[in-house]
Amino acid sequence: MKLHLKIKRFNPEKDKKPWWGEYDIEVEPGDRVLDALHEVKWNIDGTLALRRSCAHGVCGSDAMRINGRNRLACKCLVKDEIKNGQITIEPILGMRVIKDMIVDMEPFFAHYRSIMPFLVNDTPLPANGRERLQSPVDRERFDDSTKCILCACCTTSCPSFWARGEYIGPAAIVQAHRFIFDSRDQAAQERLEILSDVDGVWRCRTAFNCTDACPRDIKVTKTIGEVKEALRTGVIQ
Amino acid sequence: MAHYHQFDALVVGAGGAGLMAALYASKSVKTAVISKLYPTRSHTGAAQGGISAALGNVEKDKWEWHAYDTIKGGDFLCDQDSVDILCKDAIDAVIDLEHMGLPFDRTPEGKISQRRFGGHTNNETKQAVQRACHAADRTGHMILQTLYQNCIKNKVQFFDEFQMVDIIIENNKCNGIVALELSTGEIHVFHSKATMLATGGFGKMWKITSNAHSLTGDAPAIMLRRNLPLEDMEFYQFHPTGVYRMGILLSEAARGEGAVFLNDKGERFMERYMPTLKDLAPRDICSRCIYQEVQAGRGINGKDYVYLDFRPEHINKWFAADGNPKRVDAHYLETRLPDIIEFARVYLGVDPITEPVPIQPTAHYAMGGIPTNNDAQVLADERGSLVEGLYAAGEVACVSVHGANRLGTNSLVDLVVFGKRGGIAMADYAKGASLRPINKDAVYKDAEGDLAAIRNSAGTERPAAIRKELQTMMDEKVGVYRTGQGLREALSVIKGLQARFRNLKIDDRGVKWNTDLTEAWELGCLLDLAEVTAAAALWREESRGGHYREDFPNRDDSKFLQHSFAWMSNDIQIKTKPVRITRHQPVERKY
Ligand SMILES: Cc1cc2nc3c(=O)[nH]c(=O)nc-3n(C[C@H](O)[C@H](O)[C@H](O)COP(=O)(O)OP(=O)(O)OC[C@H]3O[C@@H](n4cnc5c(N)ncnc54)[C@H](O)[C@@H]3O)c2cc1C
Ligand code: SF4
Ligand code: SF4
Ligand code: FES
Repeated sequence: MKLHLKIKRFNPEKDKKPWWGEYDIEVEPGDRVLDALHEVKWNIDGTLALRRSCAHGVCGSDAMRINGRNRLACKCLVKDEIKNGQITIEPILGMRVIKDMIVDMEPFFAHYRSIMPFLVNDTPLPANGRERLQSPVDRERFDDSTKCILCACCTTSCPSFWARGEYIGPAAIVQAHRFIFDSRDQAAQERLEILSDVDGVWRCRTAFNCTDACPRDIKVTKTIGEVKEALRTGVIQ
Repeated sequence: MAHYHQFDALVVGAGGAGLMAALYASKSVKTAVISKLYPTRSHTGAAQGGISAALGNVEKDKWEWHAYDTIKGGDFLCDQDSVDILCKDAIDAVIDLEHMGLPFDRTPEGKISQRRFGGHTNNETKQAVQRACHAADRTGHMILQTLYQNCIKNKVQFFDEFQMVDIIIENNKCNGIVALELSTGEIHVFHSKATMLATGGFGKMWKITSNAHSLTGDAPAIMLRRNLPLEDMEFYQFHPTGVYRMGILLSEAARGEGAVFLNDKGERFMERYMPTLKDLAPRDICSRCIYQEVQAGRGINGKDYVYLDFRPEHINKWFAADGNPKRVDAHYLETRLPDIIEFARVYLGVDPITEPVPIQPTAHYAMGGIPTNNDAQVLADERGSLVEGLYAAGEVACVSVHGANRLGTNSLVDLVVFGKRGGIAMADYAKGASLRPINKDAVYKDAEGDLAAIRNSAGTERPAAIRKELQTMMDEKVGVYRTGQGLREALSVIKGLQARFRNLKIDDRGVKWNTDLTEAWELGCLLDLAEVTAAAALWREESRGGHYREDFPNRDDSKFLQHSFAWMSNDIQIKTKPVRITRHQPVERKY
């Protein structure tokens, strides 16, 4: 089928301001949007810049705005996105654009690193040399937040983040949740303190954009709500 | 001018192998990790089904059984002392990962949960054993996350989105690497005492593949150019269950949970080929059986694919037929296999809970690669000479623990076991060594010159067109089935593509994030690796594990119980190295 791709292009090395690149290509309905972008890059204009690796929604490289919504280009199909023969592609919002779809991810990863994203447990290891035990119920408690692939779809769809880039953002809160609610971890209080900062969880206005954007179907807003609840009550359950 | 850095230990690649090595090296020496992707985007994150270790959490198991299964799965080409290390150390490695925080699924008693996987058996009853430790069907994602988290905790230094373009080797001693900083286009020289290559696989030689776009074999291709050998390149694994036409993997965990293959007649055809293990026979065998069904006209609608069936009521029917008391329902499958169920829904529009899923074999895993010893030290030749200061681990390396065909779940074991051994060995070496002098300007100019030649190339050939031709040809001629005739044709096509590669059309002359340039450079790597793969496959006139020659359909231990070592000079040169056999003499492989 025919597809008209409208891509927001910007290369600060030579462009004064962003411009729209328009491309007419031939695709299969079941192609990924990523395949369509590759069709442009590989056969029409090799200067188009984007990140990608796995091509099936598990590495988190190719978050972009597809028809105005944050999506992974490799996880949506042309037939589902095409409207009036067209798909519009822009970089994710709220980040410095380096080239076309490639934005500066450093502040995003800095927020991630700030919440102590690692298990803390200083009690002695089991004397038999085996695993620490954890019940299936305790394991299930934080299952949803373990799915996060750090793609930034959520954070860059959040109005609070657009308003203030220092806001730690939903992705970092999801990552904190993954440890706060892990029965094996002992640093929940420290993480909660970090998240109670002015740029922590309280900036979240429960707008649900993040939940809609998450390609891993993590209930992001619910996750944030549980962290807020833990802060309010001092109880982690 | 180039940027210049010095480290004791340098790790190239931030997948499971690289991160494990970095974690252990950084405990005692100054360590850095260089990766062309953000670490969490490495393809280890795509691994689904599990990581095996004879924990015996659910039923009786022994690491010796795991070792024998691995050797038999590898069609007796594995070095058996290395396999012993793999399977013995797997137990501690998995426990280590749990202690680091990895959220494994749990048994009712709270232990690490385990499930069945292809080729893993109880050696007494010959039946499938539950050995694969798992976290849903995103075990690799959890390993990658956990290792990265622990690197952050231990303050390992990272150079993210830096692409290695050369390795500094002089007189069989490695002194570091040269990398391109993607965001600036600037060249960095990394000078080090010990360097590890952990750049993963190179499945992008083929069209239908489970591998990421980034898996282009940069490190092994550079090794060839540096006149160093690659081992067992003819052995590449085609996984039986790729999503039809796309190659996205549907983990063997599906069959571990009870799924079966069906042909156009609705027949569970694996019963016919492998009466004991059936659908859980090793991958090389299942892939060939699928092709035989297709050849016999029993592909679905006569086409080139079959079904993977994991509708719960069907699984229960097969369980009953096999005398297995276990039963499953939709909820169970959705919690055990959420991601692969979603892949089928998203990419095929097929719901596996109610419909069978169209699948075909997909290029998946490199058994061969950069030859190493048991401490991940790189070998300079078939006699065992070392490249001092150079290490390799993970899919890029060939220890060889996988022989002619890797068993499912054994790659993740390989990453953590040999990644750790390599990390420790690097640190030990770096503590007693000093930096050898290098000529910074010369290595910088070499690398810059190579890249400039591509960037400024004013020819007529689009890299994408060459890549597509390579991939299509490799699917046809260097796939599951091979013939001498087809391989000779493959070599001549590759020569032609290499010639066209010297006449590239490059649109992007910029410096920052020039992926037109890096993709073209990567294509050069794939072309060289394809040549070595086809040449080694032509040389090996027998069928063993993942390498099947229609003109030589039998295994020939008298001639080919040998590893191949291939060099790329003007032509490919091949030498051999005997397989190390300890306890298990080769026997015919039956399941
Ligand atoms: C879909 C899928 C499912 C799988 N499931 C399983 C499973 O269930 N169990 C199992 O045991 N195995 C599985 N495997 C195999 C296993 O996942 C891989 O073999 C393994 O993860 C490879 O890990 P690695 O550390 O060697 O490399 P990778 O994880 O691929 O990492 C490679 C790293 O090298 C870097 N790199 C590459 N080139 C350069 C360069 N030029 N410069 C700088 N950096 C570079 C990349 O950025 C990346 O960080 C699966 C594989 C696939 C594709
Ligand atoms: S729910 Fe909170 S974090 Fe999510 S988009 Fe809304 S404000 Fe942002
Ligand atoms: S929570 Fe979802 S959207 Fe946000 S970074 Fe993680 S995977 Fe991406
Ligand atoms: S390319 Fe990996 S998530 Fe899209």
